[in-house]
Amino acid sequence: MLNYTLRRLLISVPTLLIISLAIFLLLELAPGDPMAQVPLTVPPEVKQKMREALGLGEPVPVRYWKWLVQFFWIEPLNMIDNIFGTAFAAGEQRVLSWQTRSPVMDLVLQRMPQTLWVVGMSYIVGVAIALPIGIYSAYKQYSVFDQAGTFVSMIGYSVPPFFSGVLVIVIFSVQLGWFPSIYDTTHRVVDWDTFVVQLQQMVMPVMVLALQTTAQISRFMRASMLDNLNQDYVRTARAKGMTEQVVVMKHVLRNSMIPVVTVIALGVPGIFGGAIITEQVFKVNGIGQLLITAIQANDLPLVQTLTFIFAVLIVAFNLIADILYGILDPRIRYD
Amino acid sequence: MTDRPHPEDVPVAGDETAPVIHNPVGAAQPVGRAIRPPRSQWWDVWDQFKTHKGALMGAAFFVFILVAVAIGPLLWTIDPTYIDIRARNTGPSLAHPFGADQLGRDMLARMLEGGRTSMAVGLTAMALALGLGTLVGVLAGYFRSLDGPLMRFTDLFLALPLLPLLLVMVMLFRDSLRSAIGPETGIFLLIVIGIGITSWMPTARIVRGDVLALKEREFVLAARSIGTPSRRMITRHILPNVLSPIMVSATLGIANAIITESALSFLGLGFPSDYPTWGSLLRDGTDYLQQHPERVLWPGLAISLTVLSVNYMGDGLRDALDPRIRGR
Repeated sequence: MLNYTLRRLLISVPTLLIISLAIFLLLELAPGDPMAQVPLTVPPEVKQKMREALGLGEPVPVRYWKWLVQFFWIEPLNMIDNIFGTAFAAGEQRVLSWQTRSPVMDLVLQRMPQTLWVVGMSYIVGVAIALPIGIYSAYKQYSVFDQAGTFVSMIGYSVPPFFSGVLVIVIFSVQLGWFPSIYDTTHRVVDWDTFVVQLQQMVMPVMVLALQTTAQISRFMRASMLDNLNQDYVRTARAKGMTEQVVVMKHVLRNSMIPVVTVIALGVPGIFGGAIITEQVFKVNGIGQLLITAIQANDLPLVQTLTFIFAVLIVAFNLIADILYGILDPRIRYD
Repeated sequence: MTDRPHPEDVPVAGDETAPVIHNPVGAAQPVGRAIRPPRSQWWDVWDQFKTHKGALMGAAFFVFILVAVAIGPLLWTIDPTYIDIRARNTGPSLAHPFGADQLGRDMLARMLEGGRTSMAVGLTAMALALGLGTLVGVLAGYFRSLDGPLMRFTDLFLALPLLPLLLVMVMLFRDSLRSAIGPETGIFLLIVIGIGITSWMPTARIVRGDVLALKEREFVLAARSIGTPSRRMITRHILPNVLSPIMVSATLGIANAIITESALSFLGLGFPSDYPTWGSLLRDGTDYLQQHPERVLWPGLAISLTVLSVNYMGDGLRDALDPRIRGR
């Protein structure tokens, strides 16, 4: 197992390098010019100096190498400096955003809590709803509950978040006035009343994202339970005289959870992608909204870094899912 | 379904040549009539598909939408860009059944026009993704030397953050393509190609798996032993047999392409708003959410119902093509 983990870690290094190169080259092909907004009265030699100040003067391989060093060496050092108060990375050039001239990583760290709160919470809520639904609809296959569950998850698959989000805004904040339609990130939770306000503004984005998670995971849980419910060991357990609850909730559930856990792990990076849209609908200023504004402002370093962070998340969670599968299911032998 | 009488088997009153034989087994039939025309596998699939009510309704709705956006603009002849400023922000009326938007453009005409674009993008992008996926899958499954590199390539694509990359691609190439081949064709090609090359991977994986299994079958061995070249082997023996997984991923591909296109337009990085699609209509409608919620409702419902119908179709098709997983 350790051997396998190490091998997978080693494979993910070239994968990430190729992805980073692909993203870098894609942005390199960009016809957009960061100097396009500079007034025409600025003389060309000054423009050239500005270009070099933005790190655009050098040939492509040098810039790629510099970006790699900045991303994988200087930014982690800065992170360590921030945590321990050391000065390893003092004076080193960091990845700067063209919009704000501040380090890209600082922007990401500022936006991270909002995304994690809303998106992370929605994923947890979605999984928590999906698992019981999946279990029960597999146990009562073809019952009314099962049919309703199938229908609801079909809707969850089919209704895009930019429609379900707008729909809940129309119903719950325009018509009923229960919840605010815009997520206020400056809100601080200090006492019970502010906590209630925070809950109110989180309900809608969380439920919209959770609907999608629930749709996928409840289907998967149901299929996995159905696979196991017809196995011989279930009949044996029943024949031994175990109660139905022990059979289903212990024997079957534990075996069914193995593939479901990996699917849950695989879905974590995907939810960040989905959050791009939901954050736009509810005006949450998280990572997704940062990416959209960066794209609209042609802020290439920020776009590059954010896209690459998404890629790192995908590779990391793929790895975690595979390793979890190996740990949970002793029948799987990777070596 | 084999016991359904064919019209020519049933003795007709007045038909002098056919003797009426009252035999419940029905064995004594004139020679030559006992042989029915061979039913192809697709009739069995259709029979199975018919039993899935959701799938049937989904297919009916999908055909309805296709017909509506194809011939609708011919019947409802108001120009979607015509500005009737007096009808600005009006609700449903006889002249404008879906109301008119903030510039007085007829919403029904815009919905039909938008549906045309959305469906065209969905179908073309699906075809592109399917073609790419099938090509990669068949090559990887059939030629062992290509399997490793092609599958690593697929894994690499699966590790890419697709939506962010798609957004970046649109941002980078929108203006240059627009000036090169015109605003409408440019953005259409960009979005179709973008969605196509970011969604072929699941198809490739499924097709590869099926091809690998097919390669071990006897008929492939037989074909090879009479010297069939690889090219004809693939087109004649492999491709027809992997058609069913390809068809199922086609339905999923349409759903995915429609949602992705609408998401791009919604985020303002797809079609511009003077060139309506369901996504950009939805985006325009969100600005008037409080006063005119129906403007969000129509495009949103159109997207959701189309995708829902396609998903149900895919579900029924999967059940019909693979009886083992029926009911999952």
